[in-house]
Amino acid sequence: MGENTFPLWLIPFLPLVGAFINGAFGYRLQRRFGEPVISAIGVSLPWISFILAAIGFVKLQGLPEGQAVISQLWTWVEVGEFKVDMAFAMDPLSAMMALAVTFVGSLIHIYSIGYMHKDDGYWRFFCYMNLFMFAMLTLVLADNLLLMFVGWEGVGLCSYLLIGFWYKDLNNAKAGMKAFVVNRIGDFGFLIGFFILFWSLGGEWSEAGYRTTGAFSLHFGSLPAMIDSMATKTLWGVPAPTLVGIFFFIGAAGKSAQIPLYIWLPDAMAGPTPVSALIHAATMVTAGVYMVARMNFLYVLTPTAMTVVALVGAVTALFAATIGCFQYDIKKVLAYSTVSQLGFMFIGVGVGAYWAGTYHLLTHAFFKACLFLCAGSVILAMHHEQDMRKMGGLGKPMPLTRWTYWIACVAIAGFPVASGFFSKDEILWQAFNTDALLIPGWIPWLLGFVAAGLTSFYMWRSYFMTFTGKTPEVHGHEPEEQRPAVTGVLVILAIGAILASFLGLPHLWMHIPSAIQQFLSPVFGAAANLKTAGYGHGTEWLLMIASVGVATLGLGIAWWLYRGRTSTIPERVLKTFPRIHKVVYNKYYVDEAYQATAIRGFLGLSRLSAWFDFKIVDGMVNGAGTITRAFAWIDGAIDTYIVDGIVNLVAQTVKAIGARLRRTQTGRLPTYLAGLVIGVIVLIVLTRFLSDVYG
Amino acid sequence: MSHVGLEHFLVVGAILFTLGIVCVLTRRNAVAVLIGIELILNAAGLNLIAFSRYGGQSLEGSVFVLFIIVLAAAEAAVALALILAIQRRLKTVDVDRTDSLKG
Repeated sequence: MGENTFPLWLIPFLPLVGAFINGAFGYRLQRRFGEPVISAIGVSLPWISFILAAIGFVKLQGLPEGQAVISQLWTWVEVGEFKVDMAFAMDPLSAMMALAVTFVGSLIHIYSIGYMHKDDGYWRFFCYMNLFMFAMLTLVLADNLLLMFVGWEGVGLCSYLLIGFWYKDLNNAKAGMKAFVVNRIGDFGFLIGFFILFWSLGGEWSEAGYRTTGAFSLHFGSLPAMIDSMATKTLWGVPAPTLVGIFFFIGAAGKSAQIPLYIWLPDAMAGPTPVSALIHAATMVTAGVYMVARMNFLYVLTPTAMTVVALVGAVTALFAATIGCFQYDIKKVLAYSTVSQLGFMFIGVGVGAYWAGTYHLLTHAFFKACLFLCAGSVILAMHHEQDMRKMGGLGKPMPLTRWTYWIACVAIAGFPVASGFFSKDEILWQAFNTDALLIPGWIPWLLGFVAAGLTSFYMWRSYFMTFTGKTPEVHGHEPEEQRPAVTGVLVILAIGAILASFLGLPHLWMHIPSAIQQFLSPVFGAAANLKTAGYGHGTEWLLMIASVGVATLGLGIAWWLYRGRTSTIPERVLKTFPRIHKVVYNKYYVDEAYQATAIRGFLGLSRLSAWFDFKIVDGMVNGAGTITRAFAWIDGAIDTYIVDGIVNLVAQTVKAIGARLRRTQTGRLPTYLAGLVIGVIVLIVLTRFLSDVYG
Repeated sequence: MSHVGLEHFLVVGAILFTLGIVCVLTRRNAVAVLIGIELILNAAGLNLIAFSRYGGQSLEGSVFVLFIIVLAAAEAAVALALILAIQRRLKTVDVDRTDSLKG
């Protein structure tokens, strides 16, 4: 299927080349030629990837529907009849993702030129960023699950490297470690799901190796056809698709920061801001959503897994939004906002509205990247101050940052002029209208609806706190607008956040399915048969108006409480309910709870293991050593005292005899002569005597 | 007793031999020991020439004695040279003190 001529593999490969050059020679290049060379390599290659992705996209458009551009490199794994290829494929879903990743990613690379200026690790930063692009594009363009997992792990590694980028600060290193460990827990779930999928797809071991029943691969194109056969299999009494779906979702929850594995993402803000924008907002964290959308043919088989995904997404969306309302660190607000928005995406993919979920992924990539980069711009202007309470009035000196932030806020809060509204509202409507879950659709809808209102509130709160009111002085200067490399990117992203709307103008308005829905429909064909509750246009209009209403309400409250930063109401409210505020401000003590339960438990377990290792395992080894030594000692004794003893005894005896005999050797002539004479006499006597006896 | 017979010679030889042995065993001066050895050799020579004269009238005994005389001369030359060397080295010719070869 598809054609073989387009070198899709170049798209991930080019950033890898960049990563290699900057990683291997970057230090010297930077010292010799300065930063421009590093950024020229680090920025140009992702752009070339973007152009290639765009060409691939055009090629894809030329293909008949349902086909994909495929670039097959070589056979990677071959065991019996089971085969995994090193192959990349571009279908509408991966095309959309690849374009978003390369475009937003490349923009953020440009932004980084300004942001990372004069950082010692400039080359290292671009090396990691390019490496990340490589891993993410591998994940997105992979043609099979196994290769996707390579990218999946790769982005986790880059995330770790970049969170701990300023590793000299222990907290950053800790945050990186936390992200990595939490991701590993998710990956563990992913792998288990992987194994169960593998098992349930059939095949058995025999003398000849792994023998499959019929055609068998992990290739995305052929998986849907095979998946029906696994629907009947059960493991521990649970249908295999459900188990696989839930375990895959654990992986997705780790990567995409859903309850209960979301805790790493807020801490990940320790990394440089472009990293937060690229990895922890626009691309990597959406990998989980992408994966669930990619495996849509699996999820539609299992209402249980769909319910889990949708419900966890909805709860996360609300939960993170409540925390976001009370944070003061601007990046923390955005981080919880990201967690919350990812929750929305999971509602989308959970209720079977895969295109809506991925559409939100796309729009989110634009407006959240924009928000983060604006925050980065603000942080630079404030000389690395992130506390919003110390900001305010930055709108006047930084108009470009302010207005781009404003546009992104409009988009995320859900006003029907920018992209966020269209994607989020479509998700909420699809959630309300679904009947494919085990629970009625209004439950995730309600959770999402409240979360949407809170989103509007906390985003406008951050806007008003940052950009309105009195302008502070930082180190005696007025904060200044950033360089064009920074602001230009902001403008492009803000425009993107608006333009992305046109991809998803709702069915209700245009009377045709939106462009993105049509575009993605070949990939999500399996979802077409899901049951809906069948609410009419009237309900949809009503919900839409309610969404706008709740967004406006959020804006209104934020306006009332925070505009101009003169109102004292927030503080008084907080003082009235100090306990609630404390609990929410401290993120519901989830980290502490994990610390007390899981982490302490694991530490205890590892200590127990260490004890076991030292005392029992080492004890056995040492015991064996001691016994050997005892045997060796006995053997040595035998050797020394018996074997050597005999030899020595002979020698000693000879020596003793010699010692006695040497006395006769006086060295004095008379003695010898006397001996001679006596000997002669004895001989004579003896001769006589003997001749007498025998004679 | 006008007739001197074999026995007389043998007795003189035996006395000479005994004196030589005693001299060799008791004297401490190396030269005296050498003299004792000469006595022993001459005692043996006397016996041989006596047996030659009173025995089978053959010449073997005389030849033996001639050899012994030559041998004694050679032995005396070598032995005196050795004694001279010992004297030079150890500043003594006392055979009791030349015991460097003591085991």
